[in-house]
Order: sequence, then structure tokens, then C-alpha cells
Amino acid sequence: MIKLESTWLDLRNIDDLATQKTFIHSLNSCTKLITTLVFVVLVTSFSKYEVTSVLPLLFYPVTLMALGNLPYKPIVKRLILIAPFIVFIGLFNPVFDQTPIAKLGPFLITGGWLSFLSITIKLLLTVTSALILVATTGMNSICTALSQIGVPKPIVIQILFMYRYLHVLLEEFLKTNQAYTLRSFKANGIHYKAWGSLLGQLLLRTMDRAHRIYQAMLCRGFDGKVPLRSAASWTKKDHLYLLFCLSFFLLCRFINIPQTLGTLLTGGFQ
Amino acid sequence: MSHHTIDLTNVLYTYPDGTTALRNLSLHIGHGEAIAIVGSNGSGKTTLLSHLNGVLFPTAGEVNIGGYPVVKETLPHIRRTVGMVFQNPDDQLFMPTVYDDVAFGPLNLGYPPLEVEKRVTSALKTVGAYALKDRPPYRLSGGQKRAVAIATVLAMDPAILVMDEPTAALDPLARRQLITLLHTFSHTKIIATHDLDMVLDLCKRTIVLHNGTILADGPTLEIFRDRCILEQAGLEQPFSMQSCPICSKI
Ligand SMILES: Nc1ncnc2c1ncn2[C@@H]1O[C@H](COP(=O)(O)OP(=O)(O)O)[C@@H](O)[C@H]1O
Ligand SMILES: [Mg+2]
Repeated sequence: MIKLESTWLDLRNIDDLATQKTFIHSLNSCTKLITTLVFVVLVTSFSKYEVTSVLPLLFYPVTLMALGNLPYKPIVKRLILIAPFIVFIGLFNPVFDQTPIAKLGPFLITGGWLSFLSITIKLLLTVTSALILVATTGMNSICTALSQIGVPKPIVIQILFMYRYLHVLLEEFLKTNQAYTLRSFKANGIHYKAWGSLLGQLLLRTMDRAHRIYQAMLCRGFDGKVPLRSAASWTKKDHLYLLFCLSFFLLCRFINIPQTLGTLLTGGFQ
Repeated sequence: MSHHTIDLTNVLYTYPDGTTALRNLSLHIGHGEAIAIVGSNGSGKTTLLSHLNGVLFPTAGEVNIGGYPVVKETLPHIRRTVGMVFQNPDDQLFMPTVYDDVAFGPLNLGYPPLEVEKRVTSALKTVGAYALKDRPPYRLSGGQKRAVAIATVLAMDPAILVMDEPTAALDPLARRQLITLLHTFSHTKIIATHDLDMVLDLCKRTIVLHNGTILADGPTLEIFRDRCILEQAGLEQPFSMQSCPICSKI
């Protein structure tokens, strides 16, 4: 029971993939961070009915996964886990937006369905690219890169610590939950009356732990600054990668590739 | 190096919730001694150790380390002198990699990068954890975590080493390795533990705590022979001193 629940919130087994040595892994972490950020912004900037023109962008995660030697399973598993959220976000579009867009045989395609599809694709793309960033760079290097591109240090430290202790807190929660279940003799979850005291427990334990960690930091001379290692420098590889990715993104953004290809092809046959 | 003595005079400590954990405790620890603080759960061991580097301040009484009173103003100096290994290594290892964690202290002390590297390397080698330097601490086994936690403290080169239940939750092999390691330190050592066999191995002097007071203080062997004291403190003679249940020889 503990295993299942502690793996999905946990990015650790994805983080583990970051120790590989492929071309993508060898790139500077800033390069990958910037590319991913641009990708995410770009994907979200498409208008809400856009479906076909977003599709070529799928090329980016697929290529990265191949070049970075990433297994599909852990990434797909996480996508499945967030699928309900995606569906929930787009769920009411088909209901509220009945604008007819096209007719496909007997079926009328409404704007709602198109935007639902569009949202789904966009979310899948952005989440996948974020997961790929973690799997090819690792949380620690991402944080170093964040502080290098100008994100304030306190925020970066927050992220690092959150990542470090998420697992510990999760474990604490699971232990509390298990202790409850073992003595409650009912298999169907936590009784609503017990939630309050269980959460209270968890809060107290968390605060206790935070206090102990803080004390341990003080004992080692902590004065508000957490030293971070600086990342490696940029190389030619990074410039080329960045240039290539950005031009591909811009191409996808401003030219509807499938449509253009289609016109070219059909035009060519006439 | 100056003589790092520890003096507690009439220390009383009451937790904010009203629990009195230390009652008028006085003791003197000399330079270079290896001391065990034993006592049952809740006898006040952790509370006592927490006073040695200013994690807690006495409600009444005074703590002196190497001639300096432990007060807010002397904390930077005290914390450089007294290295504390916490009971739970997870509380102590918070940086992304083992290397960063060990470097945290020396960097905060303001050493130049080369010196930091030297210290980290030497501390990690001392505890036999150099090969782990790029691993994230949460991925280590209990024994490895403990070793790294000790390295984080050694890298700051303290004169006094304070450890809270270092062998708790270690398997026999890791425990043996830790004891061997501790043998090699010439620091003043203060170890809180229930592991009386380890005490027998490492510490000449033992202080028995009970209910926040000192029940006995003296040579380890003498104290461990006195079953009456041990029983009163809720402890048991170490296995190596009990007669063999099969052949009834010692
Ligand atoms: N944070 C706290 N708040 C209140 N009481 C505490 C706290 N920590 C410990 N105590 C109490 O102080 C006493 C001594 O505890 P402690 O020093 O942790 O003992 P030991 O380390 O020997 O097991 C116990 O009675 C314990 O319940
Ligand atoms: Mg304790």
C-alpha cells in the first residue's frame, strides 16, 4: 500500500534517469531549462481551437525521449495519473461551447470538442516536457539553473527543500494513516471524525521535524544563506541545441505545418 | 588548542509545556574524555545534549564550554567547538548531494573553496563514505546516512563530538563499523545511548541519567557491575557482562 502511494507524487524514479550519459544529458542545465520554458509558453500561446498546428510539436518530446534514452513507462504512468485532472479541466467545454466548426459525415464538430482536444494535447505536451526536463537534468541541476537565470535564491531553496522533504512528509502521512487503519478495523478509509485529529498530528509532526532540521542547520553555522554549486559553462553544443529547438518552435508556432504540407501536396498534384 | 572542558552547574530545564526534563544537574567533563550518557527513554539524554551547543538554553543554571558560557553571543564559537550528530540523520542531511551536505558547514564558516574541498574529502574518507559523495543523502542506507552525518560534523573540525544514540537503528555490521570509527577519534566524545555494550567498548566514564537527574557518575565498569543502579535507571547489564545462560560462565 505504501509503495503505490509513495511513488506517484515522488519524482525520484524519474530523477534517477538523470544520471545517464547521453547527448541530451550532457547539455548545460540552463539550456534545457530555457528550452523547456519556451516550449511551455509557446504551447500555451496557441489559440483554443488550434489542434492540427500543435501536433508537429509532439516531435519535440518524442525526439528528446529517444535521444535521452528515456523509457516510456514511467512518463506515461504519470501522464495517466494526471489524466483525470486534464479531463476535468476541459470537461465542460463541449457542453457550453456549441459553435459548429465543421461537419464530418453525419457528425457535427463543435468548438467545444475542438477546444477540449486542444487543451488535452497542450497539457500533455507541457507536462511531458517538464517530466523530460527532470529526467534529463535532475532536480538539483534544475534548481541551480533556476538560480542562474535569475530566479531569487530563497524560492530556489524552497523548491530544493520541498523536493527533499516531500518524500519524508509523505512517509509520515502514510505512517499515520497506517497506524489509524491498523486499529480502526474498517477497510473503507478514514472516518470523517478522525480526519481532524490525524491532520493535526501530521501538522505537529511536520512542525517538529522542520524545527529539528532548522536546529541542525544552525549547528552548522547556517545564517540564512544556502550555498549552491554553480553549474558548468556553456559550450558550442548548447548554442546549437538552443538555436535548433527555438527555430523549430517558431516554425511550428507561425506556420501550420500539416496544413501547409497538405496544400503543397495537393497543389503539387494538380 | 585550548582545553575543551564542559561544565554544567545546577542546570534546570523545563519544556514550554511544563515538563521538567533536567533537574539541578551539575557535571564536569575534562579534555579528551570519552563519556557515555545512559538512561532509559525520557530520562533526559537528548535534552542534556541539546544544552551543549545551545540548541536549548537552561531555564536556570549555567553551561560552560571551554571557559565560555553558552549564551546567544558565544553561539558561533560554541557551535564551532561542539559538533553535534543528531539522533535522526534525516534531520541532519538536507542538501541535494552528500558532497553538498558535508560542504555546508565549512562554507558557512567562510573557508575558501579549496579548503572546503579538502575538508569535505578528508571527512568523507575518514568515515569511509567518499564513494557516496555524489549520491543524494535520502538514497543511502541507515548506516551510510549515519556515517555521512558524522562526516558533516567532522568537516567543521570540532574539538568536542556529541552524538545522540548513534547506534540506534543500525544493523550489527554497521554498528560494529561505527564503533571502530569512533575508536579512531581523539576528540572529546559524549555519546548518549542505550547501547551499553558499545559504551563498554568506547567510554571509560559513564553518567547514568534518571528522570533528569544524575543517578551515578563514574568509571564504566564499576557502574555496570552495580545492578542496583542499572535497575533503578531502567537499564540492563550489557550482554558481554551477563553470565552465559547456557554454561553460566562469564
Ligand atoms: N519538545 C518537548 N516538549 C515537551 N516535553 C519534551 C520535549 N522533548 C522531550 N520532552 C520530555 O522531556 C523528557 C526528556 O526527554 P528526552 O531528553 O528526549 O529523553 P531521552 O533522549 O533520554 O529519551 C521526557 O519526559 C520527554 O517527554
Ligand atoms: Mg533521545
